[in-house]
Amino acid sequence: MAALSATLSRNKMRFYLLGECAACMSASGPVDLSCQQRIWSMAEQLRQLATCRDIVPGMNNLTAIFDPDQHSGDQMLAVMEQQWTAVQGQAYSSRTIEIPVRYGGADGPDLEVVAAHAGMTLEEVIAAHSSAEYVVYFLGFQHGFAYMGGLPERLATPRRADPRLKVPAGSVGIGGAQTGIYPSAGPGGWNLIGRTDLRLFDPSREEPILLQPGDLIKFVPLGDPSD
Amino acid sequence: MLDIIRPGIQTTVQDLGRHGYRHLGVAQCGAMDGPALWLANRLVNNAANLAGLEMVAGPIEIRFERAAWFALTGADFAATLDGQAVHSGWRNHSAVGQVLKLHGAKAGMRAYLAVDGGIAVAEILGGRATDIQAKFGGFKGRALKAGDQLPLGPTSHLERRIGAWQAEWSPQVRVLPGPEFEQFSPDARATFFEHAWTISAQSNRMAYRLEGPVLTRNVSEELRSHGVLPGVVQVPSNGQPIVLLADSQTTGGYPRIAVVIEADLWKFAQAPAGRKIHFVETDLDGACAAREEWRHNRYRFELSAYGNHG
Repeated sequence: MAALSATLSRNKMRFYLLGECAACMSASGPVDLSCQQRIWSMAEQLRQLATCRDIVPGMNNLTAIFDPDQHSGDQMLAVMEQQWTAVQGQAYSSRTIEIPVRYGGADGPDLEVVAAHAGMTLEEVIAAHSSAEYVVYFLGFQHGFAYMGGLPERLATPRRADPRLKVPAGSVGIGGAQTGIYPSAGPGGWNLIGRTDLRLFDPSREEPILLQPGDLIKFVPLGDPSD
Repeated sequence: MLDIIRPGIQTTVQDLGRHGYRHLGVAQCGAMDGPALWLANRLVNNAANLAGLEMVAGPIEIRFERAAWFALTGADFAATLDGQAVHSGWRNHSAVGQVLKLHGAKAGMRAYLAVDGGIAVAEILGGRATDIQAKFGGFKGRALKAGDQLPLGPTSHLERRIGAWQAEWSPQVRVLPGPEFEQFSPDARATFFEHAWTISAQSNRMAYRLEGPVLTRNVSEELRSHGVLPGVVQVPSNGQPIVLLADSQTTGGYPRIAVVIEADLWKFAQAPAGRKIHFVETDLDGACAAREEWRHNRYRFELSAYGNHG
């Protein structure tokens, strides 16, 4: 079954250039974890190439930024196509990271919005959000911001029509069908349901970024939501 | 040591940017006008990627706490050293205690200061650039304030004043069509190249927003989040292009109508809000020729300044 879905995603992959120094590949069809696992492997292989400046996995896609004076874009695409046919998927990480969250109240001012949209009580939203297991697909947007798969469908809530100018660091939000944690304060349009004190980005740490692709994430509720 | 007496607005420590960390969401940052910082560093015989200052608005006053060779490049800020005019694009010498004043841009927008030895702030995540968004790198992760004292690296033994030619700004910005170019209507594709786009006041080191006719995309399909980089021109659903620049986020999801070639990216650094720019279509050969021209300019400078190719 895994082999079948790998074959399918192999067939659907499209390779193309983005300007003079970036080559991309992207899969069509529904978002697929086995495809993403092969992208993680591929990213590691491409990072071994001295001519690659940056390898950026996205959601079932990958962008390779290379030095165009070292080789042409067509050469880069050929390398990627060839590697993709051979690469095996890997789990990448078997870590489970627990994120302690204070749900609701001032830390999660939109918990009621999510509950109303889902037709659930606050407690049910917290139970659903914290009992699901999430997988980090890739990092992007902000330093250490993790794009995760695994949000229960019922909790999907449209982004706010009026994005906040300042979302506090550590805020846990739901935007459309995704959930995520804001590593640093800044503007944001997701519905905020809680907050963690874990630091997702700390440049003074040896590993500045807490979450890595492949990590399994569990949210752990702290205290009472009405606190 | 450099003593910051008057910091100006948004004066930051910048190098040529971070590479190799975009997959962690870490932005490139670094000088918006990379060629200008390159030249300032090489005028004082620094390695090209040492940290200097990027200055956006004067008045700025800086006291040299050690004798130093320095160079100003980029926009001409009508600078003086203890009242004597200092010309952009030249190597200059300051004695201990002399004060460099920069009044503000006469033309263009950003000026760069390099001092022999470079600004010796700690390297974080492979660079010394200030990341204003994430508040790290550079000097305390922020724009400079009055009273800041910036450490300098070891001084060099240089002798004569030398000068260099600097590229002239023009509103023509060469681009390669992006992956979603064909998804825009024939009208939109023509307009993209024919219209003189106005740089919006809502422009910063992350991105420049452009104002003009609405560009219509014929496809409504949303894209999944994908890697982006400085130079990518996105068009969100309001139809107004956004040019991603040095501090841009690492992934995005808007259609990519075009990508600015590396050789022309600096032009945005020198274009203030309200200025108009024109996109000109080129191809991979055109982009390659433009890089080649820039490389030749660097060789020519190295040969005249140091008698070798650097």
